[in-house]
Amino acid sequence: MPLDQSFVGRTYPPTAPYQVGREKIREFATAIGATDPAHHDPEAARALGHPDVVAPPTFPVVITMAASRQLIEDPALGIDYSRVVHGDQRFAYTRPVVAGDELVCVNSVEEITSRGGHEFLTTRTDVSTTAGESVVAVWSKLVVRGEA
Amino acid sequence: MELPTQTFRVTRADLVRYAGASGDFNPIHWSDRFATKVGLPGVIAHGMFTMALVGRAVTTWAGSPDAVVDFGVRFTRPVAVPDDDTGTEIVVTAVVREVTDAGLTRLDVTATCLGEKVLSQARATVRTAG
Repeated sequence: MPLDQSFVGRTYPPTAPYQVGREKIREFATAIGATDPAHHDPEAARALGHPDVVAPPTFPVVITMAASRQLIEDPALGIDYSRVVHGDQRFAYTRPVVAGDELVCVNSVEEITSRGGHEFLTTRTDVSTTAGESVVAVWSKLVVRGEA
Repeated sequence: MELPTQTFRVTRADLVRYAGASGDFNPIHWSDRFATKVGLPGVIAHGMFTMALVGRAVTTWAGSPDAVVDFGVRFTRPVAVPDDDTGTEIVVTAVVREVTDAGLTRLDVTATCLGEKVLSQARATVRTAG
């Protein structure tokens, strides 16, 4: 079943706030081998002008992947997740994510195209603090592979 | 200008650790049985793990962990990770495409595994000191 084109431009309601924990940033940094002290030591982060430890650049995916379930699991949009592969990923930062942030995601469907029997869904997630400060915009292109 | 090459070893243990830290428990990243059933050669690395390693390379080149202002990639080829002690290796190189008056440096990044490109259109913009 093709994706419903009428979803292009649709924006979903904001997700529940995600509390960015210092230990979560340390855990993520350790998992990717990022040893810079600013990811682990609040003093080192403060020396760079941040209130607490700084997340590595791809950390926001922890939040946006969970947030995107809203869209992926929307039966009306009709994504068969078992046939999804990750196509593109992009982050445009206003500032880095830091421990203590309380972040809300707003998902929208930016583009739906099809080519060669596959469908391509581009989503945009605007990540901002609960106080309304924008932090990072995240784009993901998912490829829904056609049935062979 | 070409930047110094950086290499990252990736083993199954790294994928398990990344799955836990990121919350991405897709079994194609830890189960050969599942991965081969869906037509993959075996367990593959999370695309976002590869992107995270490239992010490390970019912040190392930039000289600061908070320097990245824009970072995008296209995943073109899976990174197969064998179930042994050595795993595989991702090699990351970059060239400086542009240095703007606003103190931004734009990089074109290449990531390869076993000599094959695993990303395309990999670009990063970093804030450079000054």
